[in-house]
Amino acid sequence: MSLLRGRTGRVARGTIGALALFAVLELLTRAELVNPDYLPPASTIVARTVEILGDPAFLGNVLGTLRAWAAGMLVVVVVGVPLGVLLGSSTRVYTATRALIEFLRPIPSVALIPLAILVFGRGPAMKTSLIIYASLWPVLFNTIYGMHGVEPVAIETARSFGLGRLQILRRVSLPSAAPFIYTGIRVATAIALILAISTELIAGGGQGIGTWMLARQVANQQQYVYAGTIVAGLLGLVINAVFVAGEKRLFSWHPRQREGL
Amino acid sequence: MTDTLLQVDQLTHTYDPDGANPYTAIADLGFTVDRGQFVALVGPSGCGKSTLLRCLAGLQRPSGGSVSIDGAVVDDVPKQLALVFQDYNRSLFPWLTVHDNVDFPLRHLGLDAGERDQRITRSLEQVGLTAHGTKFPWQLSGGMQQRVAIARALAYEPAILLMDEPFASVDAQTRAELEDLLLDVWRQSRSTVLFVTHDIDESVYLADRILVLSGSPGTVIADLDVPLGRPRDQIETKQQEAFVHLRAEVARLIQHAKTGERDRTNQPAR
Amino acid sequence: MAATAATTARAPGTGGRAGTLARAVALRLSMIVAFIVVWQLVTSVIDSFFFPTVTEIAGSFWDIWVAGPEAGQNLSGQFVPSLLRLLGGLGLAAVAGIAGGVAIGRSRTVREYVEPLTEFLRAIPPPALIPLFLVLLGIGDSMKVLMIAFGVVWPILLNTIDGVQSVEQLYLDTGRVYGVTRSERLMRIVLPAAAPKIFAGLRVSLSIAVILMVISEMVATTNGLGFQIIQAQRSFKVLDMWAGIVLLGVLGYLLNTALLAVEGRVLHWHHRTSRRA
Repeated sequence: MSLLRGRTGRVARGTIGALALFAVLELLTRAELVNPDYLPPASTIVARTVEILGDPAFLGNVLGTLRAWAAGMLVVVVVGVPLGVLLGSSTRVYTATRALIEFLRPIPSVALIPLAILVFGRGPAMKTSLIIYASLWPVLFNTIYGMHGVEPVAIETARSFGLGRLQILRRVSLPSAAPFIYTGIRVATAIALILAISTELIAGGGQGIGTWMLARQVANQQQYVYAGTIVAGLLGLVINAVFVAGEKRLFSWHPRQREGL
Repeated sequence: MTDTLLQVDQLTHTYDPDGANPYTAIADLGFTVDRGQFVALVGPSGCGKSTLLRCLAGLQRPSGGSVSIDGAVVDDVPKQLALVFQDYNRSLFPWLTVHDNVDFPLRHLGLDAGERDQRITRSLEQVGLTAHGTKFPWQLSGGMQQRVAIARALAYEPAILLMDEPFASVDAQTRAELEDLLLDVWRQSRSTVLFVTHDIDESVYLADRILVLSGSPGTVIADLDVPLGRPRDQIETKQQEAFVHLRAEVARLIQHAKTGERDRTNQPAR
Repeated sequence: MAATAATTARAPGTGGRAGTLARAVALRLSMIVAFIVVWQLVTSVIDSFFFPTVTEIAGSFWDIWVAGPEAGQNLSGQFVPSLLRLLGGLGLAAVAGIAGGVAIGRSRTVREYVEPLTEFLRAIPPPALIPLFLVLLGIGDSMKVLMIAFGVVWPILLNTIDGVQSVEQLYLDTGRVYGVTRSERLMRIVLPAAAPKIFAGLRVSLSIAVILMVISEMVATTNGLGFQIIQAQRSFKVLDMWAGIVLLGVLGYLLNTALLAVEGRVLHWHHRTSRRA
């Protein structure tokens, strides 16, 4: 029993759980309760997943999604963070921006896909612009919120030691706000991915996972649709894992108040 | 005429017995408590007081020895017991009003609503919180919250009231008030109280008997009678020679227990 | 003592607490009003086909969704189906998520068996589920409701598990000392204590549900707000499109407000308690 303690135990149990589910699914799907064309055996899906991971056409589409995602995120960070820092330094601006964001937030960015199609056509520019619009808000807002929440006592202490405004910004405000800014960026990466795939499903927008999956569905290649979904999940997992790991490394000093997600 | 209510025999408990760092919190702990007595348990930090209480309350099964209440060995949580924790603000349920918090343990005692309400009203009265029944814990001060916890234990009408440093987290003034309140309530209800504390003054002021525990592994090193009359008074009683004397003796015993523990090589002092 | 009194004394004539509140509200409203005014001005001057003025949008909105000749039909034919699917999917996810979360959360070991799977399933970007559900269920209502439910159950499930497992040990001990039964412990201690986290999960799920509803209606075009918006775009009826977008915003706002109101009532004790701590 002591073998199953601690970290190895957790990994072992997780693997057992996954394998158990796989076995159950395999049995159910092989029993052909549903038309195997629509619900193929689990093992076949796994085989297809491996297959497409080596398929340059598919990978090209994945890259298409990632390119738009990365371009959008880059713009969002480069524009959003400095803007947020600027706006966050005043309480008035903070309150006003909050009101504005709350006003615009109920409109889901995906609802603007048709608008983007009208304005930008169906190319990659449309995809990237929507990603930027949707991902900007969490970054902007979290940055403003982080800047606003800097402990006034900390700032006053720095000032009493003779630090100038710029120095206080660099050495007190930014490090203090950094965890929040980072969280905003992390949330934005997930939103960016959602927007990227949504746009691909509805408007095409060049190469992308969404485009590829929809094409497979239309062509009745159901097994590949399943495989594509799994890869999309892996993509989401990897992106999230990278950013969570980064958060742990950069901000191990921060007392994390976990509330919900 | 004595009447043994609680009997503790050679109680022992070791944490992580087969693991890398076994830690014996209490060893061969034994004592008896008579009906209606007020017994204080004092000891240095880390003497296993919490472990002892958890074993008494049935929250933990000891590695060795036994606890008996009214002759019956305690296996699981005994029904005649109520426990008042130190962390009052985390033992009261924040989503219930004061009234509902006190009501909580009564719900499955098989009483009808009328009798439950009677008990609640009575115990709130005893702790002086009659007007606050509809309030929520966050609306009360620390001292008041602790009084609610006490009222909850009282309404349950337990044979034994276990209290784990209940006044440690309140300020000195509130503590004095709560001590006197407790003595009042104890006198009225004639229950048996086992009161754990690290405050020596408090133990002498409140108790009929003081059990001094050694450092880890905890065991009883002294069983002292408190020769002070009742009712007690915060100022008068504490001026008496017997009080000062007893207080010093307990302090000396604990000091001794601490140094004795440091000399021991097998367990590091906590 | 005197110094503190001086610093905390309010300057005379500022109107006290009511005055501060009024000013805060005015500040917030001013931003929104400013935004609308700027939009109106910019769009009137630039005269872009794709960006109508506020008055034009408002007029179209009024016409299509409120008082125009086809408003009633639009509401029942597009708005109501969307709303029903959304609530249906969300409701399904809430029931499954909370029940599952409680069942899994009771045991640390069960959680460890299940966690990698749930983490993976949660990582699938919700839109990526659409082709899959199209394969399984076609383009009808059941596809949309089930897909919304599937996509949205994860935050609720994971938050419930977390909430159940992080119940204060002291609450459980208190319950044990006073001898509560298992079902009592669940209903009267565990669920209330886990409620804050569960509601946080519900809030996240709401926003994802709206996204899924919209996209599913834009892809599997039968009816609904999403369908209406994309349809308008395809026929270049820009004003109709904007009216739909605005209604979608109103829907999202109303639902969010409703959820917050419910949360405010159910968790009133939590907001005050944590503020104090």
